[in-house]
Amino acid sequence: MDLEVSAADQEFRTEARDWLVRHVPAEPLPSLETAEGFAAHREWEHRLSADRWSVVSWPEEYGGRGASLLQWLLFEEEYYAAGAPGRVGQNGINLLAPTLFEHGTAAQRARILGPMARGEVIWAQAWSEPEAGSDLASLRSTAVRTDGGWLLNGQKTWSSRAAFADRAFGLFRSHPDTARPHQGLSYLMFPLDAPGVTVRPLGRLDGKPAFAELFLDDVFVPDADVLGEPGQGWRVAMSTAGNERGLTLRSPGRFTAAAERLAALWREAPGAADPALAARVADALIGARAYQLFTYANASRLAAGGSIGAESSLNKVFWSELDIALHETALDLLGPYGMLADDADEAPAHGSWAEGYTFSLAGPVYAGTNEIQRDIVAERLLGLPKGRR
Amino acid sequence: MRFLLTDEQREFARTLDGMLGASGTPAVVRAWAAGEQKPGRELWARVAAADVFALAVPERHRGVGPLPVELALSFVELGRHAVPGPLVETVAAAAFLERLGEEAGAGVWLPRIAAGDAVVSLCAGAPYALDADAADAVLVVQGDTVRRTDTHGPVQPSLDPARRLARPLGGTVVARGPAVTAAAAHAVEVARLATAAQSLGLGRALLAATVSHAERRTQFQVPIGSFQAVKHRLADTLIGLEFAQPLVYAAALALAAGAPSAGREVAAAKVAAGEAGYAAARTALQLHGALGYTEELDLSLWIRKARPLRDAWGTPADCRARVLAG
Repeated sequence: MDLEVSAADQEFRTEARDWLVRHVPAEPLPSLETAEGFAAHREWEHRLSADRWSVVSWPEEYGGRGASLLQWLLFEEEYYAAGAPGRVGQNGINLLAPTLFEHGTAAQRARILGPMARGEVIWAQAWSEPEAGSDLASLRSTAVRTDGGWLLNGQKTWSSRAAFADRAFGLFRSHPDTARPHQGLSYLMFPLDAPGVTVRPLGRLDGKPAFAELFLDDVFVPDADVLGEPGQGWRVAMSTAGNERGLTLRSPGRFTAAAERLAALWREAPGAADPALAARVADALIGARAYQLFTYANASRLAAGGSIGAESSLNKVFWSELDIALHETALDLLGPYGMLADDADEAPAHGSWAEGYTFSLAGPVYAGTNEIQRDIVAERLLGLPKGRR
Repeated sequence: MRFLLTDEQREFARTLDGMLGASGTPAVVRAWAAGEQKPGRELWARVAAADVFALAVPERHRGVGPLPVELALSFVELGRHAVPGPLVETVAAAAFLERLGEEAGAGVWLPRIAAGDAVVSLCAGAPYALDADAADAVLVVQGDTVRRTDTHGPVQPSLDPARRLARPLGGTVVARGPAVTAAAAHAVEVARLATAAQSLGLGRALLAATVSHAERRTQFQVPIGSFQAVKHRLADTLIGLEFAQPLVYAAALALAAGAPSAGREVAAAKVAAGEAGYAAARTALQLHGALGYTEELDLSLWIRKARPLRDAWGTPADCRARVLAG
């Protein structure tokens, strides 16, 4: 058992750090949840990809560096420690791409991954529907067979970044009359500017148009844009869901960097003298370190041939609650300044915590609510009997 | 980086778990609480035979250590089985004596500790020595002075009856000066690590017992483990323990390497494992209901340990302050 970084991994980390020092914008980019910020972040994705830093864990042929899981973790730590911009391409890179690597055809990978890595095509996830949130299998939008493809109809909602994104991936009911709701679904990809698609931006809790509703009216999807076997969409999608809750979406680097920022705030903030707040700062540091170490252990297990299963539900509950506690503590330390939105003139002087706080509040809701995750932990990891929800 | 236990380490823990599981520890705990030390000393000898104390003693003093990772693993198992006695205090005393050297009698005491022949309690920064009535010697650190004694005041009833607390009295000064302060600071870190590991093992045992109870116990015609409120509390208990565990191992690695971050890492592990173990006890009590509130059920022996372990060798407040100090 050791926590030592090998010389080769250290070299990789140093190269990343040096690149970030030279390239991270001096001024923060505008929020990626606005049209202006989206464009600026798309440009940032392009700069990352020019030196193959946008998708370090992918094979070189798709623009990556073939980095190991541990190297990816080290890269993420450097990325967030450097204060680099949020990743506008994350839905595609973290959620769709792993599914393409696992279930996609060679032709799909060749066509889709390059533009994704370069920020030319930004993807949105179109899973949720008004009647299907955490109970995803109850979705109603349909895919009906037609010549050379499928016709999509229905409504998707709460689709992050779909207001500005280029394409979306989602699940559709393609084979009605199956015995169970998980069966007869297909995983399809479609352009958000295709005929029949209406995108209606939906303000998030902070008012930013970070969400959208998608209305689909006879939208044609060619067979080439079906991911995996038609009718097997649930199985295909679940590999994506594990990624979302598990390592890739919320890498520890985010929280270690945020906890360090919080500790720096505490040293200077008006509320620093309050011992109760000091204890919460300490708990944020401890929680971020625990999450980092837990991830190192998981990465070691995967490198040794293990697989990620229901453990990703432990992860999801832990980081989502850590994120909220961390941001609430920051707002409390700021006292009267904690009320300032990030676009307030004086907000940057206090470290701009508002958007992070609002986003943290969504953590226990998305990617399967924490109630669902606790059920999974109790039933699959502790072996407790299934029961009424 | 390979942040996973080795096969040898797993096997060592499994063997210790098997031995302790066959040792009838509840009866030993009850006897220890009553001041009857014979079963406890017999168990102590078996723990020593498994090399647990030797892990804290260097080879030149007939030990096999110091090996903080293996020591932490051992204490997870000692906690899992609620083994009584000044286990933490003895390994902390070993770390203290090893740092201080011959002046304090390392050559005399360390081989005896490694072999299980000496039960030593270390008292540093606390008013009471643990199990002074059962110890062959008590080392008392005050400022830059350490004295050794075998006399003590009356045993004070405590929240965990198996933790017998008494004020150490008298004794002779064996060392004085900055070396004592430094050795004591190191010993406190070893004690914190071992206590954190014990909390983790205790919490694991409490969770396992409670899950098993929730599967068997029926109310309203169904197992209580099928109720979402029960499931979620158990899930949270598991999450607390699962995320405390890597902190304990990382702290052990930092201590083994003599890393500058060791004090901070150990303090973080102590907070997380202490709180997780205590939360497991609260969950166990709540989900066992009135059954869990009785002294007759062996579970009570585990429940009563959780709070003192959380607070011994650095309260959560002390340890959080240490984390913030960097």
